[in-house]
Amino acid sequence: MRNTLARASFRTAVNLLFFSVIGTFVLASTHLLTEETIKQTEEGEKLKLIAQLLPAELYDNDIIQDTQEIAADPLLGTSGTTVVHRARLHGEPSAVVLEAIAPDGYSGKISIILAIRANGEVTGVRVVNHHETPGLGDYIELAKSAWIKNFDGKSHANRPEPEWKVKKDGGQFDYMAGATITPRAVIKATHKALNYFEAHRDTLFTVAAPAGEKKS
Amino acid sequence: MSAYKDILYNGIWKQNTGLVQLLGLCPLLAVSSTLVNGVSLGLATALVMTLSGAAVSPIRNYIPNEIRIPVYILIVAVLVTVVQYLMNAYMYGLYVVLGIFIPLIVTNCIVLARVEAFAAKNPVGHAALDGFAMGLGLTLVLGVLGALREVIGKGTLFSGIDLALGDWAHGWVLHVIPDYKGFLVAILPPGAFIGLAFLIAAKNWHSLRTARKAQGADATVAPVEGGCSPTAH
Repeated sequence: MRNTLARASFRTAVNLLFFSVIGTFVLASTHLLTEETIKQTEEGEKLKLIAQLLPAELYDNDIIQDTQEIAADPLLGTSGTTVVHRARLHGEPSAVVLEAIAPDGYSGKISIILAIRANGEVTGVRVVNHHETPGLGDYIELAKSAWIKNFDGKSHANRPEPEWKVKKDGGQFDYMAGATITPRAVIKATHKALNYFEAHRDTLFTVAAPAGEKKS
Repeated sequence: MSAYKDILYNGIWKQNTGLVQLLGLCPLLAVSSTLVNGVSLGLATALVMTLSGAAVSPIRNYIPNEIRIPVYILIVAVLVTVVQYLMNAYMYGLYVVLGIFIPLIVTNCIVLARVEAFAAKNPVGHAALDGFAMGLGLTLVLGVLGALREVIGKGTLFSGIDLALGDWAHGWVLHVIPDYKGFLVAILPPGAFIGLAFLIAAKNWHSLRTARKAQGADATVAPVEGGCSPTAH
């Protein structure tokens, strides 16, 4: 009796193992077959995003590969390591592309990516991910409104600290009535990212890109 | 031949997953904010259901009864992941828009329900067609609901189609109502519930009417004009 039970369990287990092995095999083959394409697509998308942020004449290096991993920093609002892309023109540092997170959006975190020139000027900001109210707070997306372009060309040098606020708070930035929390969060995050850039300007460009395999 | 016809009719209309069985409502409510999103996720689900029907049916007699559910889930999960890889590689824009809802197809109970209730008892051709018909029924509901919410909420149709078909389709976006201010409720989750309720009501009304007509009990019953949903047909 015990023997047949053991044998039945064993047969079931082998059966399940068989299906798992086949499933793993199918998944592994799909992964191998699509890996290269997925990598290319993702790099292409990233390059497209960077092209929106940085004018092409500002760099001539392989900006996708020229990266540095930076630790989480309260000024960036990040909670894990992020990747900085570095733009160079004729070998000279010209700009960086940073990721930052605004923790205080109306409904949670707003992820942004921004490019800052070596002279501290923002060349562009884009919102990568957010959960703001559709039709109300989502004008921070370029697809919905040109608001995000307000940051272009601004820096700490040409805009003193108190102007990094929405007009309602005595600052320099437009906002839409009924949705001020969202732009406040984005402005604050951008401002803090500039602070980060200024504090780390030297190390951001000098640390060598990780050799070989790059985690994307 | 009529077996195939029955399966199609069942999946698309009579046993429609969205309107009659009310299974798999999570993606239905979350992704139906626009026509393109709804139809895309519907088609991805239909693909997974067709494949899983076709995969389970031929091995149905070799799977021990006690472990059939883990094996079905394993097969469905593998197929969904394959579809996810393919979308990531070849339809990146859509992959980003649908996001978490692609892997969540695994947990859509309609997939497992059809595998367990149909594919495990029927030959390959029937099983695959059943998966496809059920998926198509879901796609239709998602499409109609998405179109309703998009027109009422944003005044557009086909927005985001460039994500599905490539940049050349950008000009296809229709601005049904020009200069529309938007109606937020339709885009937010409550809009999905309200819209779906109207669709179910329309379907029930239609079914009742056909049933009554078939009985011939009272041919003079005037159809009650709801006027709420233009989709009853």
